[in-house]
Amino acid sequence: MNLDKKLSTLKYTPDENSHLKPTQEDCVSCKTRSCINACPAGVYEWLENENKLLVKYENCLECGACRIICAKHSLNWEYPKGTKGVTFKKG
Amino acid sequence: MSEETNKTDIIIVGGGPAGLAAAVTIARAGYKPIVIERGTFAGSKNVFGGAIYTDATKEIFPDFEQTAPLERKNIEHKFAILGENDSTVISYRNNPKDAVSYSVIRAKFDRWMAEEAEKAGAVIVEETVVKELLIDDEKVVGIRTELEDYYANIVIIADGVNSLLSKQIGFREDIKPKDVALSVKEVIKLDKNIINDRFLINDDEGCIYELFGGSMLAKLGLGFIYTNKDSISIGLGITLDELDGTGIKPYELLDKIKSHPTLAPLIKDGETIEYSAHLIPEGGYKKLPKLSGSGVMVVGDAAMLVNNMHWEGTNLAMLSGKIAGETAIFALSQNDFSKETLSKYDKELKKSFIMKDLYTYRNLMDVMHDKKSVFMDFYFKKINTFFEMFTSVNGIPKRKLYRTFIKDFIKERGLCGLFSDGWSVLKLIWSILVK
Repeated sequence: MNLDKKLSTLKYTPDENSHLKPTQEDCVSCKTRSCINACPAGVYEWLENENKLLVKYENCLECGACRIICAKHSLNWEYPKGTKGVTFKKG
Repeated sequence: MSEETNKTDIIIVGGGPAGLAAAVTIARAGYKPIVIERGTFAGSKNVFGGAIYTDATKEIFPDFEQTAPLERKNIEHKFAILGENDSTVISYRNNPKDAVSYSVIRAKFDRWMAEEAEKAGAVIVEETVVKELLIDDEKVVGIRTELEDYYANIVIIADGVNSLLSKQIGFREDIKPKDVALSVKEVIKLDKNIINDRFLINDDEGCIYELFGGSMLAKLGLGFIYTNKDSISIGLGITLDELDGTGIKPYELLDKIKSHPTLAPLIKDGETIEYSAHLIPEGGYKKLPKLSGSGVMVVGDAAMLVNNMHWEGTNLAMLSGKIAGETAIFALSQNDFSKETLSKYDKELKKSFIMKDLYTYRNLMDVMHDKKSVFMDFYFKKINTFFEMFTSVNGIPKRKLYRTFIKDFIKERGLCGLFSDGWSVLKLIWSILVK
């Protein structure tokens, strides 16, 4: 079962603005970019051509793995606004 | 609004088992605690394996077995050691009346706890994110939400594993990737009777699988299966540093364990109805944050109260919430919210099994980090190899089979390795049983 299919089981109310704000200059020099692998929702993707980290925050499961694994400790991580983000119907 | 008009006795940040246990305890004493929950309802952001424990839940809700939305009473605990394609399963089945836990759906159960808290007199404010704590002269005096500032004599921090609020006031350092596990899970819908047949249980009876090895051989991680009424929760938790620069994706480990020949038949033809992820604090005793200060206490996952050796978390959350609630009631009766008074929470926690158990296992994670490539790989595989040998019928004399097994065992791990492993285990057992 691929990730898109897994994520399609979830109810999301996305915000207009991202609650995940990486410090892009740190991402450029980051050797591991561990957030990309660790994120259980595949939120992060490295755009080689643009030399920047793409953040598909709408898919975020709000677990916090990226915040802790960020080697540069420079990911500005907040919870989405009160009415926004993922809603678990089971949990 | 001024401090006077926007002030209450107690604010609890987070509507999970810890926060709601605190809320119920305080409300029953006649106060009106306010619970601030960021989800659209209590439970809507909460994820676990998982089970709630009868003993701890009864402490807060004595008749929950009659009134709470429960799935199944867990009567069987299976420990499955998974090789690449084989497995050894050890199983313990309770006398059903002695079962100690229930599977629940958190979106239902946490919501029920919130309703019980409301009935007792608590106020639940949903869809509200607490941005920061308000500090005055080194005392926590309230909270700042997206919209407004609210003041309280005591703030109970129950904002979960990420606890940005504990971090704000310097109660905890940044969690390191090795001190937290990332858990991913799927809830798979299956007919109730199919679940009963596959897990050999009756209606309302549940079965838990603890999964060792499999897609996590040589990694510090464990899998789990819980049975719900008409669905199965299957997932795994893996220490976050295992995912650091390794190219391993958590959901791929989950897919792999789901397809293990021992587990695949259990979930066959089921439909995944929810995927989820959550962090589990696994630093244990040595990584516990500061638990109380002037005008503030920290409970549950926010306080990193998890006993990962026994898969316990919700019980520690509920009981820490209850103890914090009782401490708050005492502080209110004295009208004294100083750190000295609230340190009663620390003392009561220390007296309870919560801190005793965490202390008992204080060295566990150090040993596991040190030895994971052996304990979580070599020995798991060897257990399966032993039973493969023991059950083999191949014309080779048994004495030769035994001798080959022992020779390979020693050769592959080496005498030094075996001695070092044995010594680590002995030291660990000593620290668990003696001092």
